[in-house]
Amino acid sequence: MTAAAKEAAPAARTTSRPPLARRLLGRPELGSVVGALAVFLFFAVAADGFLRPASLGTVLYAASTIGIMAVPVALLMIGGEFDLSAGVLVTTSALVSSMVSFQFTANVWVGAAVSLLVTLAVGVFNGVMLTRTKLPSFIITLGTFLMLTGLNLGVTKLVGGTVSTKTIADMEGFGSARALFASAFTVGGVGIKVTVLWWLALVAVATWILLRTRFGNHVYAVGGNAEAARAVGVPVRATKTALYAGVAFCAWVSGQHLLFSFDVVQSGEGVGNELIYIIAAVIGGCLITGGYGSAVGAAVGALIFGMTSKGIVYAEWNPDWFKFFLGAMLLLATLLNAWVRKRAEAAR
Amino acid sequence: MSPGTTPLIELDGVGKQYGAVRALDGIDLSVRAGQITCVLGDNGAGKSTLIKIIAGLHPHDAGTLRIDGEETRLGSPREALDRGIATVYQDLAVVPLMPVWRNFFLGSEPTTGRGPLRRLDTAAMRETTRSALLRMGIDLRDVDQPIGTLSGGERQCVAIARAVHFGAKVLVLDEPTAALGVKQSGVVLKYVAAARDAGLGVVLITHNPHHAYLVGDRFVLLKRGAMAAAHTREAVTLDELTRQMAGGSELDDLRHELERDPGR
Repeated sequence: MTAAAKEAAPAARTTSRPPLARRLLGRPELGSVVGALAVFLFFAVAADGFLRPASLGTVLYAASTIGIMAVPVALLMIGGEFDLSAGVLVTTSALVSSMVSFQFTANVWVGAAVSLLVTLAVGVFNGVMLTRTKLPSFIITLGTFLMLTGLNLGVTKLVGGTVSTKTIADMEGFGSARALFASAFTVGGVGIKVTVLWWLALVAVATWILLRTRFGNHVYAVGGNAEAARAVGVPVRATKTALYAGVAFCAWVSGQHLLFSFDVVQSGEGVGNELIYIIAAVIGGCLITGGYGSAVGAAVGALIFGMTSKGIVYAEWNPDWFKFFLGAMLLLATLLNAWVRKRAEAAR
Repeated sequence: MSPGTTPLIELDGVGKQYGAVRALDGIDLSVRAGQITCVLGDNGAGKSTLIKIIAGLHPHDAGTLRIDGEETRLGSPREALDRGIATVYQDLAVVPLMPVWRNFFLGSEPTTGRGPLRRLDTAAMRETTRSALLRMGIDLRDVDQPIGTLSGGERQCVAIARAVHFGAKVLVLDEPTAALGVKQSGVVLKYVAAARDAGLGVVLITHNPHHAYLVGDRFVLLKRGAMAAAHTREAVTLDELTRQMAGGSELDDLRHELERDPGR
């Protein structure tokens, strides 16, 4: 059809995007943003100290430590897979960094570098095992989870005789590493931890990758329909392996934060966190079956998590209620997301 | 519609074995530019195995496969695509939750900028999708809608338009009308003919001799993994094709069905 014929067509339009309202309704994170506002208002009314600047800093810190992991876990979930080893991998990363520094060198940056390699290797191992064996990621990463849990405890005891690592605070480079991974600064009277910056940067980078790069297009495709993706030439295995490596990289950042803010690492930590990352991603609108979701949504999911865990403290309730709230929120968010998505698709 | 001297794809005695099962044996087939080659066969006749060989999903292990006269062996779908063979699958052609324009460019996304700023050229992608579809006669309201919201026929058409846009020389269609109603089947067949008129060689896999006869130039019949017959359009009638496809015993039922189908 020529350009003239195109113009002659009665319904000829330029490529305009749909109206803003409908575009917003079609965003995966809409449900979680509504949920976050509701949680914020709830604790603003119910908890006296919640709106104080100091509390804001605390809430953001709690949100950031979850958010740094929830973002790559969300990308992986969009790509159609889980990583149950993500929680203990953070601990592994911190342990390796600490032990290598303590045993072999006087500079903590050497330990951090070795830790980065080891952590990435675990991520690539997950990805390669998954794509080669074609077993479900639930099984593969459950295996990695259990092995890492055992290794964390076993190796730490073997090397140091106790379940925690030795202090490395007196070593070279500790100050600069601490500045990068565990420092704090003040903005308008609010104390902000550096993890908040890591978190926001990761959200920005992940969003850019998802929406504006070929790799991002491939992530949605391998999660939405891996066979169709492969048939049009998308490198499915490489894409999934890269997503696991992304989770591992963020686990390294989280692990170094743990190490350089507490100096000593408990080898039993991290168990159960993998579910919290997944919950944050799901609350943020990621479809558990893959192919749908966003990094911003996962970040908002982490924010809801942070507000709830600290809000309960400020409201002076028994923290035992936290898990109940988390479960209820997960159910509500999932229902709300499903409802919003159905409406968005019907409105077209 | 003058056939070129060298067929785009030529299969000569091609076979494929899965473990102890011989799925395909001794298949001859040629695909020429501007022609439609129909592969007919019942479920389990080996149609999908044949498609997988041509699409590069599984390599063949007997006979020869020639592309543009050159003997070859396809190792991956990417390789087949690079050789100009685009395959549209009945059920796995698209990623349902992704917008139409993202599906259209999946696997061949254009980018702009360099270094870390290298990014998808989203404006061009949207515009190209719309115009490529319009050129095939498909007017979509909104290329941002998830492709899963389109009807089955529309999805097939998008996939065909996509193959044409990316300069495919051979278009392989796996049962494009199998899950569709009469009207939608007609629409899809129209686009198949449009692809042929655009100069593509088309392989149309189907178990419906009526659909095949409407557009086909050559017909290959498969039965239990082997070739049962091969015809050119001039040498065969629809009745004959249907009879060979169905086999003796079911013929009466089929003739009954045919008689109630007007306009053939």
